[in-house]
Amino acid sequence: MPGMFRKAKESTIHLLLLLCALISIVTTAGIIWVLFSRSAGFFAEVSLADFFLGTRWTPLLEPRHFGVLPLVNGTVLVAAGALLIAVPVGLATAIFLSEYAPPWFRQIAKPVLEVLAGVPTIVYGFFALTFVTPQVLQRIWPQTEIFNAASASIVVGIMIIPTICSLCDDALRAVPRSLREAGYALSATKLEVSTRIVLPGALSGVVAAVLLALARAIGETMAVTLAAGMTPRMMLNPLQSIQAMTGYIVQVSLGDTPAGTIEYKTIFAVGATLFLITLGINLIAQRVLSRFREAYE
Amino acid sequence: MSAVPAMFVPRLNRRRRLGRIFATVCLLLTLGAMAMLLLLLGAITREAWPWLTTRFLANMPSTLNPETAGMNSAIWGTLWLISFTALFSIPAGVGAAVYLEEYAGDNRFTRFIKLNIANLAGVPSIVYGILGLALFVRWLRFDRSVISGALTMSLLILPVIIIATREALAAVPNSIRQAAFALGATRWQTVRHHVLPAALPGILTGVILALSRAIGETAPLIMIGALTYVAFTPGGSLLHDYDHSAGGVWQWFTTAINDQFTAMPIQIYDWASRPQTEFHGLAAAGIVVLLGILLLMNATATGLRAWQQRKKT
Repeated sequence: MPGMFRKAKESTIHLLLLLCALISIVTTAGIIWVLFSRSAGFFAEVSLADFFLGTRWTPLLEPRHFGVLPLVNGTVLVAAGALLIAVPVGLATAIFLSEYAPPWFRQIAKPVLEVLAGVPTIVYGFFALTFVTPQVLQRIWPQTEIFNAASASIVVGIMIIPTICSLCDDALRAVPRSLREAGYALSATKLEVSTRIVLPGALSGVVAAVLLALARAIGETMAVTLAAGMTPRMMLNPLQSIQAMTGYIVQVSLGDTPAGTIEYKTIFAVGATLFLITLGINLIAQRVLSRFREAYE
Repeated sequence: MSAVPAMFVPRLNRRRRLGRIFATVCLLLTLGAMAMLLLLLGAITREAWPWLTTRFLANMPSTLNPETAGMNSAIWGTLWLISFTALFSIPAGVGAAVYLEEYAGDNRFTRFIKLNIANLAGVPSIVYGILGLALFVRWLRFDRSVISGALTMSLLILPVIIIATREALAAVPNSIRQAAFALGATRWQTVRHHVLPAALPGILTGVILALSRAIGETAPLIMIGALTYVAFTPGGSLLHDYDHSAGGVWQWFTTAINDQFTAMPIQIYDWASRPQTEFHGLAAAGIVVLLGILLLMNATATGLRAWQQRKKT
């Protein structure tokens, strides 16, 4: 019965492939289950209001305070600084590559930027600690602390330039040629065509690129841990030491905090907060992108 | 009595000058971004140079004496980790992509899986570390072993592999599938003998890029507790006096995958976070070795893509 055997084989393979696809669902379920069941234990001891509205974070020292805002402050400070660098540079690079550069220049620039995106984050952290802070920041502002938010911002900014550049480049190139030609026919200059026709036409793609880069900057761990320090505080001075959410999670897991204690459970509560923030940003980015895909069919 | 309406003044010279300034600024920023790579590599290589010796590759790490410290255990740890990550993630990732592109219909369930994968690709790596810690290290009691690390890394890079493989499969022309079906091939025969071979270069490129991401990832390994000071390689305790039979090799192998381990990025982090500058030199040397491996993998992926594009035209 070769026909029956063949059918059985086909449906077995179909099932196996389906199981492979289901791993992703199980992973998501696992992340949500782990983060929220473990945080539940934390929130049984600390109220939601104390956690989300508290402005002091000292879970490892007496007197203990479990207000997450100083960590959020650190994360936002680093991510905002990174965007301040990466958005103008990434967007300018994308406009140059898509509108101005000759093909040979694109062929060199794209792989170089890809390598920049492929450099491990620990390398950026080392670069921030041993080059950006002592060779750049401390020469300009001698009062800069060894660990500071600015150096982390700068390297995270460099790290996400390729993300912004490559996604914006795709979005700009998806704008039909006819729109550009219409602009030139009305005697617009190249600058006007690029910034007043192509850029608005690709706006949703650009916004999505910035959002995805922001999510990456918020979730960035090693550069922030190495360069930004371990001082959670409410402060906007980028030249001083802060602590980001990711940096705190690493600090606890490197220490010898016993499992089951409230200090240990904080990493799940902070992890869940981090997960929800990045998930929210990613979902908004996808919403924006799916609108953009409809634009020029 | 000019023919041109008073409201519109072309001022073409000024507009063109503005355009040239804008183009120059964009060019400079592009070159600046590219120069960052050179600056990064230059600064690190300069610091690493005195420490890059064969002793550095051959020796075990030392917490006391930077002069004799090396990253032998870290290199072996990374090799074991990446081999098993590849073993777990490539079949699962390619299988999931084949299911989504070749088998699944366009329904709510499929769209949900696709959305889910896109979201997983954006989850910070440290969250995968928390998952690995709770799931593999504690719940399944794999402890802080090579297996725990490889499973965590596999979950982390699965979305990357699935997305790249789906793109490669979608690029295979439909006529190939139709020709196979017309000759009476089953769906699996079509996929196995026609679609997968045609998509292979694209899949390989995606897999290599995903694995090179896994090699450089540090945060998930710290979370699952990959030790920062390990002076042995996985299975190293049995390496020289194991029983030379199938059972002996198997015993060595199972010891190795259950051993504690360190990996190159962990070792680099350990050295970089010490205050003494000698250890910073070691960290830089470790980075140069790590980047060397990554550049090699990246070049392979780029070469594969170029070969694939030449084949198409």
